[in-house]
Amino acid sequence: MASTTTSRPPDSREAAQRHPSGDNRFKLLDRTITKHHNSGDALIEVLHAAQGIFGYLENDLLIYIARALRLPLSRVYGVATFYHFFSLKPSGKHTFVLCMGTACYVKGAAVIHKEVEHHCQCKFGETTADGNVSLVQARCVGSCGLAPVAVVDGQVAGKLTAASSLDRIKQWQDEEVTR
Amino acid sequence: MTTEDLHELAEKETDRQRQLRDRILYCAAAGCVSCGSHATRDAIKKALKERNLEKEVEVLGTGCMGLCGEGPLVKISSDGSVYERVDEETGRRIVEEHLCEGRKVGAHLIDTSQPFFSSQQKIVLEHCGKINAESIDEYIAAGGYGALARVVTEMQPQDVIEEIRKSGLRGRGGAGYPTGLKWGIVRKAKSEQKYAVCNADEGDPGAFMDRSVLEGDPHRILEGMAIAGYAVGANQGYIYIRAEYPLAIERLKLAIKQAERLGLLGNRIFESDFNFRIDLRIGAGAFVCGEETALLRSIQGRRGRPRPRPPYPSEVGLWGMPTLINNVETYANVAPIINRGSAWFAGIGTPKSTGTKVFALAGAIRNTGLIEVPMGIPLRNIIFDIGGGTPEGTEFKAAQTGGPSGGCIPAEHLDLPVDYESLATVGSIMGSGGLIVMDSTSNMVEVAKYFMDFCMDESCGKCIPCRVGTVHIYGLLDTISRGKGTTDDLALLEELCVMVKETSLCGLGQSASNPVLSTLKFFRHEYTDLLSKPESFVPSVSPDPASAGPADGPAANDGHDSTTHA
Repeated sequence: MASTTTSRPPDSREAAQRHPSGDNRFKLLDRTITKHHNSGDALIEVLHAAQGIFGYLENDLLIYIARALRLPLSRVYGVATFYHFFSLKPSGKHTFVLCMGTACYVKGAAVIHKEVEHHCQCKFGETTADGNVSLVQARCVGSCGLAPVAVVDGQVAGKLTAASSLDRIKQWQDEEVTR
Repeated sequence: MTTEDLHELAEKETDRQRQLRDRILYCAAAGCVSCGSHATRDAIKKALKERNLEKEVEVLGTGCMGLCGEGPLVKISSDGSVYERVDEETGRRIVEEHLCEGRKVGAHLIDTSQPFFSSQQKIVLEHCGKINAESIDEYIAAGGYGALARVVTEMQPQDVIEEIRKSGLRGRGGAGYPTGLKWGIVRKAKSEQKYAVCNADEGDPGAFMDRSVLEGDPHRILEGMAIAGYAVGANQGYIYIRAEYPLAIERLKLAIKQAERLGLLGNRIFESDFNFRIDLRIGAGAFVCGEETALLRSIQGRRGRPRPRPPYPSEVGLWGMPTLINNVETYANVAPIINRGSAWFAGIGTPKSTGTKVFALAGAIRNTGLIEVPMGIPLRNIIFDIGGGTPEGTEFKAAQTGGPSGGCIPAEHLDLPVDYESLATVGSIMGSGGLIVMDSTSNMVEVAKYFMDFCMDESCGKCIPCRVGTVHIYGLLDTISRGKGTTDDLALLEELCVMVKETSLCGLGQSASNPVLSTLKFFRHEYTDLLSKPESFVPSVSPDPASAGPADGPAANDGHDSTTHA
């Protein structure tokens, strides 16, 4: 009996990587995995790529990554949950990332925080019930000169007030209603 | 690539610039971009095209010009005029009036003789706001990679380390460890493989110095790292950068590609035996990864959890190999020291803290932005001359340095010189350079609570003092801020702060109580004013709402918090 357990032949490794769903996005992810030679040390890079491709990290995806990098699932799950940047839940259609850095805090981000939560009827770190708006809290986006700051759908918006923040969110909600 | 090739490139670029009629520089750092500096650029380009000037006048995006609160900023290269709040219309007027008619657009012109500009001394930021951040040619024309050429072709590694040691350069990440000493330790470590790592995980809220340097002058960091790699004997470098800085990541990627193409990174640099490569590692939002041992684990794809030191990373680091870790600003100081000599650098600042420090000025201050000052400058000069003081109608209350690891410095210590030792005497730290000004509207108990909330959330959970201690400190601060604390709570708070400080595993826990201890030291009355009076304290099941003391917060009385610790 030949000992094939110690080193798997390359084609079986490829087969292990291919996802049964046939989803083409996995091919994109495979490219990143191959670039890092299926090394477990590249776990964070692979998770970044996966979140970029799929939007969030669902369990199935984490299992796929664990197998491709030959890591225990506990390690992959542990790393994915340790870092704030990785999200295991789908995010809303729009995101409102409020900076809670010191400069923003001193300039009244806490008021915006409260008003926005009140208006959206959900807390920061959650998505509104209709799946339209995700509220995210950031440590510091580094645009302290413009405090208070929020990153609204990827665009930095500075010198905000509670009213101007709510205007942006209301705009998204209105769009949703007219749709 | 040889030294001659480098000079040739520099001359070619200088000639090209000389042939232009003028150059319009717009700030393309994150702050100004979010104020719309790209729209301004397009308007300027369009106006130039209308007048057929697009070939004679170059429009280029630079790194941070400093005055982030007044963006977008635009600078005219020929006479050094700087304009603030340049929207599309103003951009068009600058082309029409300033460039064509020689008339300055008065309403938007910044007075560059004001202390904000004249009191600064720029070494780290010397190229920021002056060169195109995305052009390696411009960096070379400004003398870039000259230091690397000299080091690799003329100097021995020991001489490089000696030069850095004599300059007195200390780690700019906050702790202030002598850089030359650290390089010497890594050099001496016996190993086939060594690494040089740049810590660009700028996690302190309110700090954006490193981001500005990386966005405005990325090649400076690459050059500094390559020199360090040569000195310590490393052939691989890693830059660990926050995922929150997409623009800096993009510029670094481009810079690495450009340097590799010219052979300034890679194999046989300047036709020597020295090989050096740099790769990026993107962080994923964990404050603790700024701690060096946690950072190394994160580079290796693990959770960012610190480990006890020794062994220090300079002996056992990445994959068990000796690893040099320096901050962005530290690496940015390397090339100027090699170019101008250690004696020049040691002459700036104070004898123990040499050189300059970059600060990110923010909060309740008129001129928010990025500044660089010589070490030892009094805090008063930074806040009132350069920063322009607090906004109209408010009074200065405290300056916060060092982020969640630092402390609040009150008005009576405004004449304190800003250097590593002096800041430590008042219970704060130099930190990485965030300087947040608070005015009379800030409630110091709330400020302490804000920072503790941060540390509580960012604690990695490995050691108990930090994981449990921060939660309890936060709970006590919450009780006190709601007007339900007692003198016993205050005593317990102080005891707990000292315990967490002395027994935590890494810098995060060891410094987590600094904001509480320093506010307790200088603003104790704000805490005691909130304590419920002992005689009216009723530790029974029927709390009297009127006895809650001078509470200013929402006094939702449940009567339990204060009895817990009684």
